[in-house]
Amino acid sequence: MKVSLTANGSQVAAEVADRTLLVHFLRDEAGLSATNVGCDTSSCGACTVLLNGRSVKSCTVLAAQADGCDVVTVEGLAADGDELHPVQRAFRAEHALQCGFCTPGMVMATVSLLAENPAPTEDEVRAALEGNLCRCTGYHNIVRAVLAAAAERSLR
Amino acid sequence: MSILGTRVVRTEDPRLLTAGGTYVDDLRLPELARAARVTFVRSPIAHALITGIDACAARAAPGVVAVFTAADLDDLPPPPPDDDGGGGGGEAAPLPLGGPWSEPLLAIDRVRFVGEPVAMVITDDQYQGEDAAELVSVDYEPLQPVVGTDAALAGASLVFPAAATNVAVTSGAPADATAFDGCEVVVQATIANQRLAPVPMEARAAAAHWADGKLTVWSSTQNAQISRFILAGALGLDPGSIRVVAPDVGGGFGAKIGVDRDALLVAWAARRTGRALRWAETRTENQLAMTHGRAQRQVIKIGGTRDGRILAYRLEVVQDTGAYPRMGGFLPFLTSLMATGAYDIGTVETAFRVVVTNTTPISAYRGAGRPEATAAIERAVDLFAAEIGMDPAQLRRINLVPPDKFPFSSPCGAVYDTGAYAQALDKVLAGAGYQDLRAEQARRRERGDPVQLGIGLASYVEITAGDAAGGETARLVVHGDGTVTVYTGSSAHGQGHHTAWAMLVEAELGIEMAKVTVVHGDTDLIPLGVGTYASRSLQLGGVAVQKAAIDVKDQARRVAADMLEASEADLELDTERGAWQVRGDPESSRTWAEVAGHAGAGGLAADVNYTDGQPTFPFGAHLAVAEVDIETGKARLLRHVTVDDAGTVVSPVLAEGQRHGGIAQGAAQALLEEMVYDADGNPVTGTLVDYAIITAAELPSFELLQSETPATINPLGVKGIGEAGTIGAAPAVQNAVIDAVSHLGVRHIDMPVTPARVWAAIDEARQSR
Repeated sequence: MKVSLTANGSQVAAEVADRTLLVHFLRDEAGLSATNVGCDTSSCGACTVLLNGRSVKSCTVLAAQADGCDVVTVEGLAADGDELHPVQRAFRAEHALQCGFCTPGMVMATVSLLAENPAPTEDEVRAALEGNLCRCTGYHNIVRAVLAAAAERSLR
Repeated sequence: MSILGTRVVRTEDPRLLTAGGTYVDDLRLPELARAARVTFVRSPIAHALITGIDACAARAAPGVVAVFTAADLDDLPPPPPDDDGGGGGGEAAPLPLGGPWSEPLLAIDRVRFVGEPVAMVITDDQYQGEDAAELVSVDYEPLQPVVGTDAALAGASLVFPAAATNVAVTSGAPADATAFDGCEVVVQATIANQRLAPVPMEARAAAAHWADGKLTVWSSTQNAQISRFILAGALGLDPGSIRVVAPDVGGGFGAKIGVDRDALLVAWAARRTGRALRWAETRTENQLAMTHGRAQRQVIKIGGTRDGRILAYRLEVVQDTGAYPRMGGFLPFLTSLMATGAYDIGTVETAFRVVVTNTTPISAYRGAGRPEATAAIERAVDLFAAEIGMDPAQLRRINLVPPDKFPFSSPCGAVYDTGAYAQALDKVLAGAGYQDLRAEQARRRERGDPVQLGIGLASYVEITAGDAAGGETARLVVHGDGTVTVYTGSSAHGQGHHTAWAMLVEAELGIEMAKVTVVHGDTDLIPLGVGTYASRSLQLGGVAVQKAAIDVKDQARRVAADMLEASEADLELDTERGAWQVRGDPESSRTWAEVAGHAGAGGLAADVNYTDGQPTFPFGAHLAVAEVDIETGKARLLRHVTVDDAGTVVSPVLAEGQRHGGIAQGAAQALLEEMVYDADGNPVTGTLVDYAIITAAELPSFELLQSETPATINPLGVKGIGEAGTIGAAPAVQNAVIDAVSHLGVRHIDMPVTPARVWAAIDEARQSR
């Protein structure tokens, strides 16, 4: 079937098998390989992207379901050039990533969280990120980064 | 001021945060443009004979390029010979055992664990591979599975009939009947250090390409050079005809040391089919077929005086090594070496047996044998404290190796280099507010609060770069434009080598980090190297970079002296400006670019293969505070306070990150995680739905206290930090949960301290009162 969607502002259309998952469509058809597959049970959140502004685990969405939709991945977050998105900036400043594999999903989950709850408490951050697994950081610096990004936004 | 010890953010991160890393499955290279996909057919049965394989339907399925079984592997060198004298009984072996214990690439006539590769299917795309693998029909004749150490030792069923035993390795002396003579109190317990899954977020992956007699393998590995060595041996190739590349690697934790049989098969099949191949396993495959860690049953016996002097300790280990003894003999060897932990105990005995079972093979996982040692002694110390009614902090203080005894030769054969063990303990006690916590605990006990408080301690010492003799390589080149390239034999998979190595270069040469490029994980560029494991990177690979920088500095001094027509002794490097000058005469300045340009054909370059010849012994203390709901058994970690002293800290940011991750994995072992098998050898926790990997919601923020006791055996004064957090955290958290219910008569609960186990322990203690 033909699937057509907007990925990071660009139109992408491809003929794919009906069962194609959104994550594979993004990686193989849209050339956006930052979004990773970390499990096969929708547990890890490495594949988190924004679908029409809301975070989804793109391994659990068919490409067909995203037909006509607007998708944002971590590649689409930074403004033109070197300007990092505030969440990306906070992740770097707080050393919230090590191997980097969970990072694209973790960043997108954070963007979604802060859109819904601009000033979360630490407990709220921890609860909100329960569906995004990281094996390197012990979450300590990820939580700090999310709180720092929220604080920076509230100052502006 | 030197950049070392300052809070530098990572150079790796902008790319990882904007474009994402380039892990094996992200490679979009021309060589892999038409790559076919590998899918493995894996055994669904723990122990069975293979009586037939029918791949006809699979071969006829859409997109299938080839289907291979063991019968197709007809061009490989023979398996390694039996190197331990046959039939078990050999000493500790860091390499897989050969002879009757050999591990085939594809199962030949029997399968030994659920997940063992039986056939491989190669298809044009990944989805076709999943379909075609379903069509491979394998006939199994089930055999009695060997699950757990008791069944292995009983030997009613044999995993390797040709070996005539399930015991692959035996080590240590029989118990000396007099060892505990003179002890007023002796406590003994049998405890479990449960099997864990490493769960790197990137599962295993490889790609392979053959062209013009050269094999290129891209692999998610902790060491490209060791992988090349293993590939050459397994495939019967000259190492010179193999290039191994480790691109970005999404975590390893010990389970990606070298290269597994699955990736060896990908390389073999690329040659056989003439197609470039890609393989990226699913998470469920990873949980079943990547190695697991820990899996020891331990018998601990501790004795001493009523006033708190520990006199004797015995540790007996049965290591479940799973279906193939890969690192089997090595892990309990390390456990035995570190058995007495941070304590000065006069009489110590250790013994271990390594048994094979019909479960996933065991190998290194963060700590690799040392967390098991620490968990055992820290439980033993708490049991002894409970028996004599002494505060566990006080008992530790009495028995820790005192500062004036370093270097300390432990009765187990380790030489602890430097340490301040009691000071580390006192720091966490003060930092956590130990007396206040005990007072709060007493109040809750007094009022019969349904939510009780527990305080758990662990003092630890561990060994890093245990294989220091293997050394590590560095090549440093200063280019004509004043930039630097560092080629390191160490291998990053999250640790931040690119940042730390650039810091070392800036500190030594005054060339700013932004001008330093670090290259790792490519055997064409770096033929010699060892890689990253055993917390060895900084103390070997980092020191190698520093040595190379010093060598280059000496070369540059000669060149600059020539340029400035001055004597070498009169020259100085202004590391603030990164420029050479005659001492006290900034006007005479020559930049690195000018000096490199003047250096002539060879340029400014140095090759170093560094070893300090001996390991180091980081140490520390952890204090965990846990709440336990005694009506449900549910435990929650409230606080975790640590000192992790790994000598001089080069990068506080990176060191803290290693501690955080380590603490989380240790807490995860204590609270949640366990690979469980049923009696038939079926994995019960084979997906991330069932395997309770720890999440942000189950952890607090950690309280890290600083302590730096420099190592004396290397010029940086550094020790390893990668595994310390895990080693200290697991026993501290376990002890905290047990402490919360100790007033109810509970003395021990095995890890993970799940609600069911905690509730049952409380219930059992009530019944027996």
